[in-house]
Amino acid sequence: MAERRTGDVILDVKNLSLRFGGVKALTDISFDVREHEIRAIIGPNGAGKSSMLNCINGVYQPQQGSIQLRGRTFTHMNPRRVAEMGVARTFQNLALFKGMSVLENIMTGRNLKMRTNILQQAIRWGAAGREETAHRKVVEGIIDFLEIQAYRRTPVGKLPYGLQKRVDLGRALAMEPQMLLLDEPMAGMNVEEKQDMSRFILDVNDEFGTTIVLIEHDMGVVMDLSDRVVVLDYGRKIGDGSPADVRANPDVINAYLGTVH
Amino acid sequence: MGSFLETLLGGLMVGMLYSLIALGFVLIYKASGVFNFAQGAMVLFAALAMARFAEWIPRLTGLNNKLIDNSIAFAGAVLVMIVLAWLIQKLVLARLVNQDGITLLMATLGITYVLEGSGQALFGNDIYKIDIGMPKEPVFILEKTFEGGLLINKEDLYAAVIAAVLVALLALFFQKTATGRALRAVADDHQAAQSIGIPLNRIWVIVWSVAGVVALVAGVIWGSKLGVQFSLSLVALKALPVVILGGLTSIPGAIIGGLVIGVGEKLSEIYIGPHLGGGIEIWFAYVLALAFLLVRPQGLFGEKIIDRV
Repeated sequence: MAERRTGDVILDVKNLSLRFGGVKALTDISFDVREHEIRAIIGPNGAGKSSMLNCINGVYQPQQGSIQLRGRTFTHMNPRRVAEMGVARTFQNLALFKGMSVLENIMTGRNLKMRTNILQQAIRWGAAGREETAHRKVVEGIIDFLEIQAYRRTPVGKLPYGLQKRVDLGRALAMEPQMLLLDEPMAGMNVEEKQDMSRFILDVNDEFGTTIVLIEHDMGVVMDLSDRVVVLDYGRKIGDGSPADVRANPDVINAYLGTVH
Repeated sequence: MGSFLETLLGGLMVGMLYSLIALGFVLIYKASGVFNFAQGAMVLFAALAMARFAEWIPRLTGLNNKLIDNSIAFAGAVLVMIVLAWLIQKLVLARLVNQDGITLLMATLGITYVLEGSGQALFGNDIYKIDIGMPKEPVFILEKTFEGGLLINKEDLYAAVIAAVLVALLALFFQKTATGRALRAVADDHQAAQSIGIPLNRIWVIVWSVAGVVALVAGVIWGSKLGVQFSLSLVALKALPVVILGGLTSIPGAIIGGLVIGVGEKLSEIYIGPHLGGGIEIWFAYVLALAFLLVRPQGLFGEKIIDRV
C-alpha cells in the first residue's frame, strides 16, 4: 500500500475550537488531509472525534478557527453545501431511512445528481424515466461492490447490524464523493465484520481514489488502514503522523493506557 | 340486503372524504414529524379563497363561463396555498428546526388562529357557496338486482371518486418519484437527509404545499356540500379518529381508516343506534378511536414505536 498516490491538501483545519456552553469539546485543533489518503482521527471515548467530524460536515459551527475545503475557506458550513462540494458521510449510530428498502436508501444518495424537476418526475416524462434508470445503474454497481445483492428489496430495519453499516456506506458512495467521512465505521462489529468493512474502505480508496477521513477508537484497526493518524484527547490534539510515529508517541500511550504521571 | 348495501356504499363515500382530510395530517406528519393542528384552518382558508375567487373573477373579467371561472379560481387558490406554505416554512418552521414535536405542535396551534383570522379578514366572514356543478339529485342503481334499487347520492359519488384519484396520485408520487423518496428520507432522519444534500427547507415547502392543495380539494368538496363558513374548519376534527385508527405515518392507513370510520358510522347508526336511542353517528368514530388507542396505539398501519433505553 506504500505506493498509494497522495496528492495536495484538500481539507485544511486551522486552530479550530468548539464549545458547548462551558464545555470545551475541541481546543485549537489543526490538521490537514491530502487527496487520496486515508486519514484517521482517533482518541478515547469523549475525545472530541465526532465533534470534529460534525464541524467538517457543517452540523456544528465552531466558535474559532477555519476549515478550508478544496481551496475555499469557511467559518460557517452547512451540511447541504458540504454535500454539494463532494463530501459524504456515514453515521456512528445508524441513520438509515428505516421505512425504505436497501435499494431505495442507496438511491437517496443520488439526490444531488438528479436534474429533472418534481413535475417531470410526477408524470415520468422521458427525461425523468431515463434519469431514474441511469441512477439505478450506478446504484446497482454499488450494491454489487458491497456484496449486498441478496438484500436489495429488504427493508433496512430487518438487516443485521453489520449489513446496515454497509448500506450506510453505500448511500454515501452513491453520492460519488471526493471525500468520505466515516464515523466509527466498525463500532460494535465482530472481527469478521470488521475485516469486511476494512476491505471495503481500502477498495473504495483504491478503486475510486476517494479521500477518506475515518474516526475510530479501536487503535488496532486504524493502524493497518491509515496513511496518517491524528490523535485527540480531551478535545486537544496530542499526536499527528504515521501510524508508527503515533504508536511510539508517549502522550498517545498515556492517553490510551492511562499511565500514572 | 338492499338497505345494508345502501348504507355500506353511503359510508364508503363519506369515508373517502374523511380519508382526504386525514391525508393532509399524514403528509405533514410523515415529512416533518409535526402534528399539524392547522389542517382544519387550512381547509377553511383554501375554501374561502376558492369561493371568493370564483365570485370575483366573473365580475373582474366579465367571463361567465362557470367551468373557466372555477378553473381560474382553483388555480388561484392553489397559488395561495403554495405561497402560504412558503410563508409558514420561512416564518415558522425554519426557526424551529430540531425542536421538540410539542414545540412544533404549539406553533401549528398558533398558525391555526392566524389562518382563521386572516382568512376571514381577507375573504370575509359570511357564508359563501362553492358551485362546481356537482349534480345534487340522487340516483337509483342496480334496480334489477334489488327491489326498488339502491339510492345513491350522486354528489357523494363524484366527491368520492375525486378523492380516490387524488389519494392514488399522491401515493404514487410518494412511492415512485425521486422527490417522493426525498420526502420520505426527510421524514425518517433529518440529519442523514441533510448529509446527502437533501434541502430540508425546500422539502418542507413542497410538503406543506401538497398538504395545502389536499386541504383545498377537501375544502371545495365539503364546501360545495355544506357551504363555506367557519364550521368548515371543524371537519378536520372528523379526521382525528381516522388518523388514530389508521396510524399517523401511513398513507394507506389514512385511506382505510377513513373508510372504516365512514362505514362504521353509518352501519352503527342503523343497526346499533336504535338500541341506544339513536344519534350515535356523531360520537361513534371517537369511541372507536378510543378503543383503538387502548389496544393498538400506533394504529392499524402505523410504525410501532420502540424506545431504546
